[in-house]
Amino acid sequence: MLLAPAGVFFFFLLILPLLVVLVYSFGERAAAGGYAPAFTFDNYLNLPARSKAFINTLTLAPFGTLLTALFAYPMAYFLAVKVSPRWRVTMLVLVMAPFWTSQLLRYYAWILILGAKGIPSWLAWIGIDDVRIINTPWAVLIGAIYGFLPLMVPPIYVSLEKLDKRLLEASADLGATPWKGFLQITLPLSLPGVAMGSMLVFILLMGDYILPQFLGGGKVYFIGNALVDLFLQSRNWPFGAAVSIALVVIMFVTIFFYMRFVLGKSGQRRVAMV
Amino acid sequence: MTKDTGIITPQQFVDELRRFQKGSVTRRHFLGVTGLGLATAVLGSAVPGLRPRKAHAALSGTVNFTTWPNYFAQENLDNFTKNTGVKINVSIFGSNEEMLAKLQAGSTGWDVFVPTNYTISTYKELDLIEPIDLTMLPNYDASTQEGRFVEPGTIDGAVYAVPKDWGTTGYVINTKNVTQNPTSWKEFWDLAQGPLTGRVMVHDYQLTTIGNALKAFGYSFNSNDEKELGEAEKLLLAVKPHLFGINSDYQPSMRNGDAWASVAWTGDATQMHRDLPEIVYVLGKEGGEIWSDFYAVPKGAPNREAAYALIDYLLTPEINAKEVVAHGYPSMDSRTNKLVPKEMLENPILYPAAEALAPLEFGAAATLTNPLRAEIMARFKSA
Repeated sequence: MLLAPAGVFFFFLLILPLLVVLVYSFGERAAAGGYAPAFTFDNYLNLPARSKAFINTLTLAPFGTLLTALFAYPMAYFLAVKVSPRWRVTMLVLVMAPFWTSQLLRYYAWILILGAKGIPSWLAWIGIDDVRIINTPWAVLIGAIYGFLPLMVPPIYVSLEKLDKRLLEASADLGATPWKGFLQITLPLSLPGVAMGSMLVFILLMGDYILPQFLGGGKVYFIGNALVDLFLQSRNWPFGAAVSIALVVIMFVTIFFYMRFVLGKSGQRRVAMV
Repeated sequence: MTKDTGIITPQQFVDELRRFQKGSVTRRHFLGVTGLGLATAVLGSAVPGLRPRKAHAALSGTVNFTTWPNYFAQENLDNFTKNTGVKINVSIFGSNEEMLAKLQAGSTGWDVFVPTNYTISTYKELDLIEPIDLTMLPNYDASTQEGRFVEPGTIDGAVYAVPKDWGTTGYVINTKNVTQNPTSWKEFWDLAQGPLTGRVMVHDYQLTTIGNALKAFGYSFNSNDEKELGEAEKLLLAVKPHLFGINSDYQPSMRNGDAWASVAWTGDATQMHRDLPEIVYVLGKEGGEIWSDFYAVPKGAPNREAAYALIDYLLTPEINAKEVVAHGYPSMDSRTNKLVPKEMLENPILYPAAEALAPLEFGAAATLTNPLRAEIMARFKSA
């Protein structure tokens, strides 16, 4: 009974819309655009026409997630271990501060920073000519690191902060160098945080379209961009629905295996340690 | 001086006029003492266009105004809000397809939007726009508009949209970096794949991007022929890896120096050339597009009264002239053009030479809605 509100919520806002998308994906594009009822697999057979979007997303999203984690980890480590508790909250708030301004504004700023009068002009000044960053996959990756860092830092921070310091002392007593202590104790015990943050960032990157649109300039094309075009430009709802279903299936499978192997393993390891 | 009898002699009138001219009395005093203020008010109420309208007094709330980038004078919108108390909520769109898609999906909440000539018949067919109630637009005068730009707004004798301005679709080049002096679409696409690699932009809009690729082969801007579209697609796919970007908001990249050439509309060219004279506008000699934009009211507009008040305000010649100065697209209203600065009326970006205009085509409804064109654009973007 207590689950009823949640059940209603999930039914109307998750299950039902997904069913609508599923039904649409077997339909046909109406003459002036939109949806016309039909039963055809054509939309699914046409998916290879968007293969580049799938390939771009499936390479840049994991790569972007990995880079974000690599940047976020030292930051979270610094916050959790090195910063004095007095400043910790302030610093953590500062990490989140970029979220207070609109994402669009921040991407616009990056367009200028990565554009001809930004970093490339500074590089030209020291003799490295004709560097192009904006509207390349690199710009999208830089945007991903910048944009999603505030989502990656907190989970890692939490897992580092609650780490039992006595384990490190014990390992030092037993002759482990600090580096060895980090590799064998701190890193494995903080992996659940890394895994959690990575999943958050990965899911958001997989569905993103604003980032590739702004920093990729329409040249770095994600599944999200393909969807926007299908619904807002060619008005081919059934094909758009099929692409959506494909994206949902890919996400579901990826996350299922991810939870199973990464989260599952690090969970087991924690149990083993304790 | 005699006591005020309510009658003013010619001598007294001239004296008052001199005082007013010299600035020693206020306009309020001058109009009051000469009786001109009262006369104006009486005459004014007899002229329908000057009569304060009831609708105006009853206006309130917000009007949702959907338009294109860099396409209005902010000062005018602010003044409208000041005069009527109605707030204006502006949404910027990138293509007619997007506008159509949003209206088709329903419940946009838009009150006024700015469709282009070739879309209006589709909106009417899909029953998405209402016929314009011209009695609510006293400041609009159909007789002073240039006919060919107005026609697409009228369907079966009913007016569904009133004309805003017109323009052409050509390309801009930054002559500091582009020294080849291109004059045709063929040269534009050749340069994009050659010396200008990584520096050229095209619209994120199938109508203009595919249309101007078709022009490179000398085909019609509106071609829906599969073979011709196939050639255009091949050209676009070859150009794709060399492009700087695919975006209808190309001003920032051009101004910033990231892009050196871009497919462009009249007003963007006017605005950029005004600030950076090295950016010049070229109409491909094979032809291309000429178009007109309109104001229209979607069916079920939530603030219909305010929508009409806004359109009427923006089409008032004095106000419209300020619009033209700001956005740099020519008006089709001869009353407005009398008030536009002469140098704009002589600006070849706004008013290209007759031989450059002659080969241009108006876009067609089928060009916008052709599913094959939409799919070609999508394949080009995802390539």
